[in-house]
Amino acid sequence: MNSMSNTVPCRKMFTDTLLEMARKDKNIVVVTSDARGSVTLGDFASELPAQFVEVGIAEQNAVGISAGLASAGKNVFVCGPACFYVARSLEQVKVDVAYSHYPVRILGVSGGLSYGALGASHHSLHDIAVLRTFPGMHIVLPSDIYETRRLVEALMDYPHPVYIRVGRNAVPNVHDNENIDFTIGKAIRLAKGKDLTLIGTGETVYHCLEASRQLGKQGIQAGVLDMHTLKPFDKEAVLQAAEESGRIITVEEHSVFGGLGAAVAEILVQHKPVPVKILGIPDENAIAGTPPELFRHYGLDAEGIIKTALNWLQA
Amino acid sequence: MEQITLSMIQKLKLQAELIRKRTLEIIYSAKAGHTGGSLSAIDVLTALYFEVLKVDPLRPDWPERDRFVMSKGHSVEALYCVLSARGFFPDAVLDTYGQFNTQLFGHPTRKVPGVELNSGALGHGLPVAVGMTLAARMDKSSSRCYVLMGDGEQGEGSVYEAAMAAGHYRLNKLTAIIDRNHLQISGKTEDVMCLEPMADRWRAFGWEVFETDGNDMAALLDCFERSDRIKNKPKLIISHSIKGKGVSYMENVAKWHHGVPSAEQFELAMKEINSRIESLTS
Repeated sequence: MNSMSNTVPCRKMFTDTLLEMARKDKNIVVVTSDARGSVTLGDFASELPAQFVEVGIAEQNAVGISAGLASAGKNVFVCGPACFYVARSLEQVKVDVAYSHYPVRILGVSGGLSYGALGASHHSLHDIAVLRTFPGMHIVLPSDIYETRRLVEALMDYPHPVYIRVGRNAVPNVHDNENIDFTIGKAIRLAKGKDLTLIGTGETVYHCLEASRQLGKQGIQAGVLDMHTLKPFDKEAVLQAAEESGRIITVEEHSVFGGLGAAVAEILVQHKPVPVKILGIPDENAIAGTPPELFRHYGLDAEGIIKTALNWLQA
Repeated sequence: MEQITLSMIQKLKLQAELIRKRTLEIIYSAKAGHTGGSLSAIDVLTALYFEVLKVDPLRPDWPERDRFVMSKGHSVEALYCVLSARGFFPDAVLDTYGQFNTQLFGHPTRKVPGVELNSGALGHGLPVAVGMTLAARMDKSSSRCYVLMGDGEQGEGSVYEAAMAAGHYRLNKLTAIIDRNHLQISGKTEDVMCLEPMADRWRAFGWEVFETDGNDMAALLDCFERSDRIKNKPKLIISHSIKGKGVSYMENVAKWHHGVPSAEQFELAMKEINSRIESLTS
């Protein structure tokens, strides 16, 4: 498949794969809060009603109920817009799921800037920062549909609570197919760098890869690290990138505080100090626009990444 | 539940007094605890663990067990003493309460055998209990679920999200209990935030409501027995209790919410409880 031709959003790949698994595994239960449309759970709800729990618009209840279901051994996926699950129900995530250590999977859809012009109430640009600090909570942002599929498979038998964030719209593929070396907690090196390394997570990985390709044409070797898992964090991959390329640019659809850039910097300043630039959303409520317009505005698309890289390398 | 007999009631009354005594001992020794709400809830906890709940202390993870969720997690001293008395862990462990690096935190955690949920933040127990009850229904299990909330806790909105869901799904194997002692940390519940008409509110959500004297063992057992007969909806038991129950100077006094007795006060409390234990054993 040509990487630009993908029309399937990751949320749809997630729920299609989950439905496929749930047909065979009656232990899988989906919980949602009037979000079956946003999440693309319509097929799941109509085909497997006995494995589907609707709670109405009540995210706190959805997460609490999910913890209760998980306590009885169910493989629970609680699904809805990321902005609500990591804000409205944050205490339930902290206490009922993470602290109680029930392996609930929280699927936050339309994360980051996906809701564009709907405003900051609908953006989730704080989720990584907050959830990283919850002991026992794992965090994964798959970069494309293939990683999404592999992630759902990995979650069939994963003993920890996990927060998964995917975007609303279809995004270009990073991988050619699903035959990838995907393990939760293990970064994927997409390109080896000599001059610098671009580290992305979720939807920014594609832009890092595209930036690397274009920089390559100008004789600059930019490595690319696909950091799909923010926790547990692949420290070794970051150290290796620093060793090989000497400087790092992190790119995230998240506040510049506390996310991917912070996680990378925490490791490097303590173990291998190399210069780091952190690209993300500054300390402001994002302006209105479509996600591509906002990626461009905040310098998170390939063009913006290249600009940052060239300015830095030529400085 | 077995048929309620006089000797059963006497036995449970004695058990509750022994637990009351132990609860005050660990609070006094730790110099910390939620005294008033522990004492008000001891009778209902004793009734649950020694008569109502189908649990096996030797197999705390037994899948068919009844679930109990301590949503009013601050009354943890009473819960620890009940679990220990029921055989979930040795009595000596209770002496670590309040010590450095103890497994017995000031709110329940699953590190303690018999505890189903880490609680302490209010308004969390009922949603989780709804999930547990739904899971039992999916598994066609006979397991029932009980959850104990405080009355002050009824201020949390998440309680009503769960109440609505339990009514919607007609969760007949779910029983919620409110320890209705009428006091919260700042004073009378009705002065802080009006909770009445409590029963009507829950009925409106589709629950069958029972009211009982929460410090009368015979009334409690009878109430559990009657509630068990309702097979088509979730059940709420409003357990009218006295905060600080069983220690004269603590009863109905808000400051004993987390008050710790002085040496003289502790002696007086022990004297009162010991005399009741004596009369129950003579």
